[in-house]
Amino acid sequence: MLFKNKAKDTLAVVLTQAMQIPSVTETETVAGRSLWADARRRFWRNKAAVVSLVALALISLACVIGPWVLPHAFDSADWDAMSLPPSFKNAHFWGTDDAGRDLLVRSLIGGRVSLTVGLLATLASVSLGIAWGATAGFMGGKIDALMMRIVDMMYAIPYLLIAILMVTILGRDFYLVVLTITAFSWMDMARVVRGQTLSLRSTEFVEAARATGVSTPRIIFSHIVPNLLGVVVVYTTVTVPGVILTESVLSFLGLGIQEPMTSWGVLIEDGTKVMEFSPWLLLFPAAMLSLTLYCFNFIGDGLRDALDPKDR
Amino acid sequence: MWSYTLRRLLAAIPTLLAVISVCYFLLHATPGGPFDSERQVSAAVLANLQAKYHLDLPVWQQYLLYLKSLLKGDLGASFRYADWSVNDLVAQAFPVSLTIGGISMVLSIVIGVGLGIVAALRQNSVVDYAVMFVGNIGSAFPSFVLGPVLILVFALSFGWLPAGGWNGFQLRYMVLPVALLTFINVSTIGRMMRGSLIEVMHSNFIRTARAKGLPMRVVVLRHALRPALLPVVSVIGPLAISSITSALVTETVFSLPGLGKLIVNGAANRDYTLVLGLVVLITVLAVTLNLLVDLAYAWLDPKIRY
Repeated sequence: MLFKNKAKDTLAVVLTQAMQIPSVTETETVAGRSLWADARRRFWRNKAAVVSLVALALISLACVIGPWVLPHAFDSADWDAMSLPPSFKNAHFWGTDDAGRDLLVRSLIGGRVSLTVGLLATLASVSLGIAWGATAGFMGGKIDALMMRIVDMMYAIPYLLIAILMVTILGRDFYLVVLTITAFSWMDMARVVRGQTLSLRSTEFVEAARATGVSTPRIIFSHIVPNLLGVVVVYTTVTVPGVILTESVLSFLGLGIQEPMTSWGVLIEDGTKVMEFSPWLLLFPAAMLSLTLYCFNFIGDGLRDALDPKDR
Repeated sequence: MWSYTLRRLLAAIPTLLAVISVCYFLLHATPGGPFDSERQVSAAVLANLQAKYHLDLPVWQQYLLYLKSLLKGDLGASFRYADWSVNDLVAQAFPVSLTIGGISMVLSIVIGVGLGIVAALRQNSVVDYAVMFVGNIGSAFPSFVLGPVLILVFALSFGWLPAGGWNGFQLRYMVLPVALLTFINVSTIGRMMRGSLIEVMHSNFIRTARAKGLPMRVVVLRHALRPALLPVVSVIGPLAISSITSALVTETVFSLPGLGKLIVNGAANRDYTLVLGLVVLITVLAVTLNLLVDLAYAWLDPKIRY
């Protein structure tokens, strides 16, 4: 993730350098605004990000409400309509699979699972990353070196293999999938947070806190972490699609979520098997997953442009 | 340089040891032994089996024995494929993965760097937008969506190429898997190359070279290319590791008899020793590759002095 964005960052640097004089005058005029108001204004001006946000909200809403509203259950077979192409017959709008199960409902249920895995694993890995990075950055010295050494080690490991090994050993289980994904997606966040903490550590307000005798954990969590929020928000939106993708790959390989429960990865795998005869079983879930990933990427870009202190 | 190499080598060993140990003890912490099958065997047979695989020894002794056999290059026996050692299975599968991965890596570096250069030199032109669009597709659509789509179009609709299988290193069977892997990597390398070359082209020494009146070709090839390639070299390591993921998917989608297929099948069959052996093997390869890339980087970058 880090590397992909670098190209864009360097481009942004070039651009801001090229427009140095106008950008200086602009910061003078907006100096009175707060960071968050300014960020909000910038975010809403980014059309791709706003459209993505709306699309993502609609997808999530559909995943939550859809299965209640639609007349079919995700695991019940309709014997009169097996392998039915998308049609209005029996309200199978996206068609059915070879067992007569409604694809739309299954996609929405799969979306629930994929998004839930995405949210849970992201929440866990972001918390771990913040705690790890802030501690390493604030403590510095040997502790910092050791903690970052561990992060480097984690980077060198092909994480999907470890995930496969864990699935092999412990069996397939929703929470295990979440745990496995979490274990390998916190390092980016830890690195970024550490970098920011290093620069925050020497600021006056942290020194003031230390001088008044505030304890180290308290300095980290109530003085440093709140100031990291901008970076954290940006990296969180980058983490979510990565996590969803990992879950989908695991499920696609038949090592993640188990039947009759489903996720986008499972649906795409099922669709692949029959794509010659019923391509819609592949195309609809694949489109839904890709759309979601696209939305997260655009929202991430928008938030970065709006919040990243490097771009100011 | 040599002391740096040595330092990096020494740093790689704890990583490997940590991975092997964690995997090994995870395996041993699980309830149930490998011989608790549906079929009951007599106590004497069980004791013999356990003695054969050293399961009667304390865990730490088993661990040391395992490390010792690993050092000798022996990955152990497969629990599901009787009469096969993990080494035999790897010897069959590895050439397949290596061929696919090697060809696609070379292709994606050549194509990615080429497209990146074109896009960077004709910034904001049609070519640039086309390259960036393709790059976006490659990074937004996951491999397990692109793969089936490739099969759907080129194998099932047009019937130009086989939909899967291997058939003993026939070129026709390699085209689609290689294309898929290349496509994914080209998008990363191309965007990286574009960004870094644009940055380099704005630097002072390029302005000097052009002010001297050098032709554009010489400016790009002799002056700009080398510094612009540095960030690209640095992504090759992470890219190779993420290629392992795409390789797992590619081999599953095209049913290729490679390492990825082996590990996925092993996981589905819960073949503990096979999966452990493969994880150890691939981790060793990944860490080694990362090390080589880092060394190449240190060697290429004049700013790094060790």
